[in-house]
Amino acid sequence: MTRRDTIIYWSGFGVIMALLIAAPLVLPPYWARFITEILIWGLLAMSSDILIGYTGMVSFGHSAFFGLGMYGAAAALLITSQAAIMTVLPKLLQDLLLLIGERPNLLLALAFGLIAAAAIAAFVAYFSTRLRDIYFAITTLIFSQIFYVIIFTWTDVTGGENGLSFRRPALGIPGVWTTPFTPETLHWFVLAVVAGSYLILRRVMRSPFGMVLQSIRENEPRTRAIGYAVERYKIVAVMLSGLFAGLSGVLYAVQNRFAAPDFVFFIISGDAVIFNVMGGIGTLVGPIVGAATFLLLREGLGRLFGDQFPYLIPLGFIFIAIIIFLPQGLLGFMRRWLNK
Amino acid sequence: MSAQETSQGKSGDPLVTVEDLHTYYGKSHILHGVSLTVGRGEVVGLLGRNGVGKSTTLKTIMGLIYPKQGRILLEGRPVTSTPAHKLAKLGIAYVPEDRRIFRLLTVMENLRTGLDRPGVTDARKQELLEKVFAYFPVLGERRNQAGGTLSGGEQQMLAIARAMMLEPKIILLDEPTEGLMPRMVTQIHQIIDALHNEGVAILLVEQNVPLTLEASQRVYIMEKGAIRHHALSSDLKVGDDVIKQYLGV
Amino acid sequence: MAAILSFFSDFPFELFVIQTLNGIVTGMILALIASGLTLIFGIMDVVNFAHGELFMLGAYVGVLVLSTTGSFWLALILATLLVATFGGAMQIITLRPLVGRDPLTTILATFGVSLILQNYALWQFGPVARKINEPYTGHFNLFYLEYPWYRLIIAALSAAIIGGFWLFLKYGRFGIWIRATMQDRVMAQAMGIPVPWVHTAAFAIGAGMAAASGVLFGPLVGVNHTMGLDWVLKAFIVVVVGGMGNLGGSIAAAIFISLLESYASIWVSPSRAVIVSFVVLILTLLFRPTGLFVPTPK
Repeated sequence: MTRRDTIIYWSGFGVIMALLIAAPLVLPPYWARFITEILIWGLLAMSSDILIGYTGMVSFGHSAFFGLGMYGAAAALLITSQAAIMTVLPKLLQDLLLLIGERPNLLLALAFGLIAAAAIAAFVAYFSTRLRDIYFAITTLIFSQIFYVIIFTWTDVTGGENGLSFRRPALGIPGVWTTPFTPETLHWFVLAVVAGSYLILRRVMRSPFGMVLQSIRENEPRTRAIGYAVERYKIVAVMLSGLFAGLSGVLYAVQNRFAAPDFVFFIISGDAVIFNVMGGIGTLVGPIVGAATFLLLREGLGRLFGDQFPYLIPLGFIFIAIIIFLPQGLLGFMRRWLNK
Repeated sequence: MSAQETSQGKSGDPLVTVEDLHTYYGKSHILHGVSLTVGRGEVVGLLGRNGVGKSTTLKTIMGLIYPKQGRILLEGRPVTSTPAHKLAKLGIAYVPEDRRIFRLLTVMENLRTGLDRPGVTDARKQELLEKVFAYFPVLGERRNQAGGTLSGGEQQMLAIARAMMLEPKIILLDEPTEGLMPRMVTQIHQIIDALHNEGVAILLVEQNVPLTLEASQRVYIMEKGAIRHHALSSDLKVGDDVIKQYLGV
Repeated sequence: MAAILSFFSDFPFELFVIQTLNGIVTGMILALIASGLTLIFGIMDVVNFAHGELFMLGAYVGVLVLSTTGSFWLALILATLLVATFGGAMQIITLRPLVGRDPLTTILATFGVSLILQNYALWQFGPVARKINEPYTGHFNLFYLEYPWYRLIIAALSAAIIGGFWLFLKYGRFGIWIRATMQDRVMAQAMGIPVPWVHTAAFAIGAGMAAASGVLFGPLVGVNHTMGLDWVLKAFIVVVVGGMGNLGGSIAAAIFISLLESYASIWVSPSRAVIVSFVVLILTLLFRPTGLFVPTPK
């Protein structure tokens, strides 16, 4: 990247960050929350981009990762001696959890959510990387539905159809310093996490590891022929993707204080894919823009035509049109530049 | 003048003209300006080592690949961007390098893919079948067997027979003798002669030099995606320098 | 010995037979849906995410025709024809432009169509389920149950449609075209077969089959805008387990999985019984990835 490019890039980044930081201070609460939600969905879409845009694997499984991050966080925030999850754990673990989790704990929520998501990601990765393209897509779809069914029917533990609700944890490290979240601090927290994730992922994708992923996308047989253990790279890619998707699930849980099986339904994965395609795959930023566009369009159409308007119909048409005519997505033209 | 008048008016005109073809596979530039002609009823050979672009030339003529540059004319009409299935109806038939018969269809069904065309009467279909079974009795015997169960040589016969079902003006034959026993090579030679006598033109891609020189009237030699030499077959002999240069064994 | 005898006497024999029947009925419907999906995939490498919605569309058209004409059979025929036509149009508009591109774009495009269709149905018909009335309401006595004849009728009809389709493939001229295109698209073109139109026709046939299943299955379940979702997933599992692009495999897999699920629901609730199909899928992927009923290529 040339000096000039670097300056432009970071200035742009700075401007956007400034705007996002200022958002909760200048916008009415509804819109500030809206922006926060865009960020969370954006993170989900970005995690999906790792697979679609960089490794060339379309996955419909992100609803599982997202959902498990959400439920994992829920589990952490609901630890009491009465919680049903306790019944499946050994006594030692129960005592340990009660010790650290008595009061709702942000770090624990993060930990639980990420571990849950990672575990599922590993499971999915094992199977899915043995399959090519279309089979991978279908398999991830089916796996995410498996988790949906499990969560939906295991009512005792997961609350079934009704999901789980819980109190929002406090920001900070329990025992050291905590303060309850305000809408502003929550927004900044989410922003920090999402921006941080973006920077981390960007770093990773520009590293030798990321280069190999992209080479897998360009020409898998050749990458394998050169000597790379393609399967291992794919597994790591799925894990990475699953982790950040889980992270967005945790954020969603913290923001909304509930977990519901709807979010594990494969439609969520579909949404992530839509955001990616609309915004431009392989850019990391594109999916966030895609999420923003989608959600804004939905909001706009709802206001113009009323709540009952099936906004997904025109959106569906736009989506198909983008696939046919603008396969690079809205930011696709910037792809090369963003990855330099 | 309509296309029909053009093709009928000048019987000396070539049946197929290929001008300055440039074809790419992705970014690889395979054909660098290939030009050749095949006259009506003529057998024209296309020689060259492996990988010089002979098959690609045939595939481009057949409309299975579109060239980035260049023209293809059939009876004087440009057909460069005409899709393969229309070219088959216009009179070009293709027998590919690996035969590619429909393995899960029977011999009869394979033939029917070429036979079931609009405007062909049942009587004519019968005639064509009988003709082909006369050329290739083995196919007649195995007509209800799945294509995949045939031997290599039989599959080659089926591939040629299938092309004949189209009643083509020109057959693009890609390495028909590859991997065949000498006895079958002779049989292929006889088929080519018989087709020639019927007035069917053939563009024959081969690595078998003696066969090509005997069966064809003219020969092109390709190297690195372009035509390097062009001569009457009768003017060339197997031991000639030019053969050694481009087909050097 | 006594244990074995007691096992057999405790064994819910009647329930088993009833569930076998139910399994076959569901299996035939699933086979009809899955055949369409397999045909489409086998011939043009397109995973039709909108297939469940075509099923749903067929059911809704059936509802409309039934309420205006009162004839179930007319509903069946018209739904099949109309949705088949729609399918052909859909293929021409959204899939033909994508020929030659990354096959994943077709998944996305059909996914987009499924969104549109689902939401259109919701918008047009509302969230309340509609009913298609059975054309024949007789029952016969099966053990302690009054088993509806209708269920056997739809199984028979599905089998008939599949059988008819199989015959069409085997003997008709178009059948040969479709089979040739499925095996070798390129050579089919070189033989003069108008492959782009064969694709459109195949898609239309697949859509028609899905629509027919929708009408046939309508009386068994309510007709609403999400009915496609459940079935499309099952259909995908069936197609993968049966071997993608393998028609016979899909049909066998459909019946196999449906029977297993039927038996499973003797012991667990139906919403959990679906886990059976997931397990079968996982086992297939682990041990026989090319398809449960397909001999693993050597």
